[in-house]
Amino acid sequence: GTALDKIKRANKVYHAGPIQIINSTIEMVKPGKFPSGKTEIPFEFPLHVKGNKVLYETYHGVFVNIQYTLRCDMRRSLLAKDLTKTCEFIVHSAPQKGKLTPSPVDFTITPETLQNVKERALLPKFLIRGHLNSTNCIITQPLTGELVVESSEAAIRSVELQLVRVETCGCAEGYARDATEIQNIQIADGDVCRGLSVPIYMVFPRLFTCPTLETTNFKVEFEVNIVVLLHPDHLITENFPLKLCRT
Amino acid sequence: MAVFPWHSRNRNYKAEFASCRLEAVPLEFGDYHPLKPITVTESKTKKVTRKGSTSSTSSSSSSSMVDPLSSVLDGTDPLSMFAATADPAALTAAADSSRKKRDRDDNSVVGSDFEPWANKRGEILARYTTTEKLSINLFMGSEKGRAGTAAFAMSEKVRTRLEELDDFEEGSQKELLNLTQQDYVNRIEELNQSLKDAWASDQKVKALKIVIQCSKLLSDTSVIQFYPSKFVLITDILDTFGKLVYERIFSMCVDNRSVLPDHFSPENANDTAKETCLNWFFKIASIRELIPRFYVEASILKCNKFLSKTGISECLPRLTCMIRGIGDPLVSVYARAYLCRVGMEVAPHLKESLNKNFFDFLLTFKQIHGDTVQNQLVVQGVDLPSYLPLYPPAMDWIFQCISYHAPEALLTEMMERCKKLGNNALLLNSVMSAFRAEFIATRSMDFIGMIKECDESGFPKHLLFRSLGLNLALADPPESDRLQILNEAWKVITKLKNPQDYINCAEVWVEYTCKHFTKREVNTVLADVIKHMTPDRAFEDSYPQLQLIIKKVIAYFHDFSVLFSVEKFLPFLDMFQKESVRVEVCKCIMEAFIKHQQEPTKDPVILNALLHVCKTMHDSVNALTLEDEKRMLSYLINGFIKMVSFGRDFEQQLSFYVESRSMFCNLEPVLVQLIHSVNRLAMETRKVMKGNHSRKTAAFVRACVAYCFITIPSLTGIFTRLNLYLHSGQVALANQCLSQADAFFKAAISLIPEVPKMINIEGKMRPSESFLLEFLCNFFSTLLIVPDHPEHGVLFLVRELLNVIQDYTWEDNSDEKIRIYTCVLHLLSAMSQETYLYHIDKVDSNDSLYGGDSKFLAENNKLCETVMAQILEHLKTLAKDEALKRQSSLGLSFFNSILAHGDLRNNKLNQLSVNLWHLAQRHGCADTRTMVKTLEYIKKRSKQPDMTHLTELALRLPLQTRT
Repeated sequence: GTALDKIKRANKVYHAGPIQIINSTIEMVKPGKFPSGKTEIPFEFPLHVKGNKVLYETYHGVFVNIQYTLRCDMRRSLLAKDLTKTCEFIVHSAPQKGKLTPSPVDFTITPETLQNVKERALLPKFLIRGHLNSTNCIITQPLTGELVVESSEAAIRSVELQLVRVETCGCAEGYARDATEIQNIQIADGDVCRGLSVPIYMVFPRLFTCPTLETTNFKVEFEVNIVVLLHPDHLITENFPLKLCRT
Repeated sequence: MAVFPWHSRNRNYKAEFASCRLEAVPLEFGDYHPLKPITVTESKTKKVTRKGSTSSTSSSSSSSMVDPLSSVLDGTDPLSMFAATADPAALTAAADSSRKKRDRDDNSVVGSDFEPWANKRGEILARYTTTEKLSINLFMGSEKGRAGTAAFAMSEKVRTRLEELDDFEEGSQKELLNLTQQDYVNRIEELNQSLKDAWASDQKVKALKIVIQCSKLLSDTSVIQFYPSKFVLITDILDTFGKLVYERIFSMCVDNRSVLPDHFSPENANDTAKETCLNWFFKIASIRELIPRFYVEASILKCNKFLSKTGISECLPRLTCMIRGIGDPLVSVYARAYLCRVGMEVAPHLKESLNKNFFDFLLTFKQIHGDTVQNQLVVQGVDLPSYLPLYPPAMDWIFQCISYHAPEALLTEMMERCKKLGNNALLLNSVMSAFRAEFIATRSMDFIGMIKECDESGFPKHLLFRSLGLNLALADPPESDRLQILNEAWKVITKLKNPQDYINCAEVWVEYTCKHFTKREVNTVLADVIKHMTPDRAFEDSYPQLQLIIKKVIAYFHDFSVLFSVEKFLPFLDMFQKESVRVEVCKCIMEAFIKHQQEPTKDPVILNALLHVCKTMHDSVNALTLEDEKRMLSYLINGFIKMVSFGRDFEQQLSFYVESRSMFCNLEPVLVQLIHSVNRLAMETRKVMKGNHSRKTAAFVRACVAYCFITIPSLTGIFTRLNLYLHSGQVALANQCLSQADAFFKAAISLIPEVPKMINIEGKMRPSESFLLEFLCNFFSTLLIVPDHPEHGVLFLVRELLNVIQDYTWEDNSDEKIRIYTCVLHLLSAMSQETYLYHIDKVDSNDSLYGGDSKFLAENNKLCETVMAQILEHLKTLAKDEALKRQSSLGLSFFNSILAHGDLRNNKLNQLSVNLWHLAQRHGCADTRTMVKTLEYIKKRSKQPDMTHLTELALRLPLQTRT
């Protein structure tokens, strides 16, 4: 029920129509006639934002799309149709100023730290420790850290890093929030050695990530889940919100 | 046609010899001699050190001519260069200099002393095999597919689907089940080919998918016995891929002006190349599963060179850490081996990562004995002693990479760390396999101690002792420890119950024993081997190892009298009961004997043993034996026969030959050798007696002759028999056994009609005439000095021979018979001389028997006339078109014979020669140059005394001009 609900709400947001953040028009050629043959017309114009809006990076998501297009119209005499051509161009924001402050996180996962467990007694005992070097990440640098299986009664099947993107868009009727897995990286395969640190290392995929975005109308955020699969069929997840930026 | 009488020219051989002889001029040292400049002088090489260099730098004194070969090579010809490097002193010098060079180069290149992976490949593939069914699962879909669903379960239903593999459509999944090992290998090879094809057709994504799918197979440990081989096969594909990617990016850096040097820096790479390279790394970084991500990235490690100088040195430690995520210890150790392999290839100077791999491995070592692994083994039904030997290929490789030119301190540290771990047999084994033999050898006693402490249930101990033994065969332990080492090791080896385990271990230790100890210890060891291998005929399964033992023993005992005094040596040979193996061993022994025995011997121990060995070889010959094999065996037996000498005890020697003949009667070359040996013995006797045989020696010599006479008929080769008859006849003649010599010659004559027209020479049928001609000419030379038998007519042997030649069916269109007659004419001319050209000491030839008797000469001339008539008759038959050329050349050759041997003062003969001259030129077939030369020769001869009549002859010989 909820998924359908989300789509409906998202549709509502969508139906509210795209929000225009930039619109400028320039005249390239004065009315007249082109000489025969190929004619190239150089042009340039500054990207001036409408009102007090912000110029965001190009982003293609599920519910949120930030897209910049360029349209060229050629008006012609009465008898001929006008010609129009459209193409997308990509905007990368200028690197944010100032140095990123690292924000390391230590974590410990045991049956006791878990939420959402139906029968805690059925869970095998385990102790997993680790840390992320920083949850403030530079988008071009990998996410790094370490994970140690200190002990585990059950054999480990796999440890994975799940990169999740969360889009939230709001409107007068509420907001829609949707999380999408955009990358899953296995960092341990099989019953890893106890007490030996396994590196956490994930490169952010270029196509599906952008700096974390928070506006009044929508948000694009990222999270990483550390997923541990235990024998025979236990799935343990620990969630860490990330803040991505470009420097 | 008129009958032409023959008149031989009178010859004064002494005077002719004196006039023809070249005058010898003594040569002073330093005088010019045409052969001198090209005498090979060993040229000095730069690598030769002080030691021994004085002798090898004998410079050539003649500077008159520069040898063009050596000048091209900058004064060092390659052969002497090899010679110089083969010289141990030079070798160490070279090694030193290269080591220094390596140090300078910051260890950036792996030397030739590093055993490459390619050497290990085949060994691993051969050793780790399986009869179980294998499966390949290829999932070419999106990365969302979970490994769990595609797990490599053995098929529940038996289905064999061998679909085409070339369909790698998105989302397609192939599961090939029930593959035999060979099928599996073929499939992998097909994948390798598809990879290359995909790459060639610019389908880079498909290529990447194939590689990912292949590397995924390495996370599958079902049919675990096959894992090492699987690793070899799949890493081959990865190597291919790595090479393709690197070369592609490299080619992007090449513009039309310049080619990137091998050692380029990232600044030289252009932006397109860098971007492409980066794309590859991004793609690989997003591979979901750990193992494929690791392998594929490792395979293109070298590409980091395009991105940054420090790329590889940052990447290697990260990849090393990444392996910690691999839970299965076997999979993980092979991943480490692959990383070390790539690392050694791309950046051998980055030792840190190698070491880190080793120490990480030690940290996870305890997993091997952990529950997860044990459970898996139970499921697969594999026990620990067969599981643990799956590790050495990977471990040995890692250990070898680290220990390559590693400082002693590091090796010691590694060893100490291994020592501290429990269940360390596996580690010890790899230390012994990979570390320098010298390092191991000096610590032999420590290792023996450690091996003894190892847990019995784990890694098989005999493998550990085997590894140690291999080191000791290469390097020597301290003198004082040697005996103790042998005792300690053998104490354990002798207790091994399984004959296979035992022999694999014992075989290695035999070399150490032979190297450092006397025949007493070797005897003990051989006795022990016999004791272990005899029950239940265990030796039948271990022939290769037993053969190796024999080879090692003979390699160290060159003195065969010592070797055969090792009591257990012959009983050891008795274990080789399969004939083919037995013969192989015998061959080895004989080869060693021929190679090492310097002096002839009569040692009864050696003779008995080797006769036995040779008899074994001989008795293996049967109707199916190949010619080559027979040749080889004969060569070996002959080698032995030639080495047997009883010194002055000739009778003993002869009886040895008699015995040998009865033993080796099936090998013709051996019989031939025996005949030659006996002939030699007869001549030897003659030499000792200085030509005057006593009654006793005369009888002995006749015995020798008889030996030959009765042996020759048993041979099959017709020319072998003919030549041996002739040769033995000559020997008989030399020993004044006249009637025996006659018998040999008669036998030869009566054999001639049997000479077939075609004979088999090295597998090809060839006409025999030229061989017959050669033999007969040789025979004629001997017949010159054979005295006539008083009871037979004059020249009875020559007459008989002529009859045989007359009756022999000669090839049509062949002039061989006439050529032979011409030779007979030469013989008869030589026989009509007052004193013959040569004699045999103490044998009166016909010249002294007849003393120029006119009757004898008349007989002789009559024979000549007959022969001449035959020749002329033949020349006449050649007057047909197609034979004119032959007529011309034969006519000229007859002309030359008359010129050389006939007396041209005789008018008829003179006329005949003029006719022949015309005949030769008649149809324009003669070679003008030859005719001119011949005429010049006649004119020159005419200037000699007694030869003035030739002047007149020359005037009658016109030269035909071609008009």
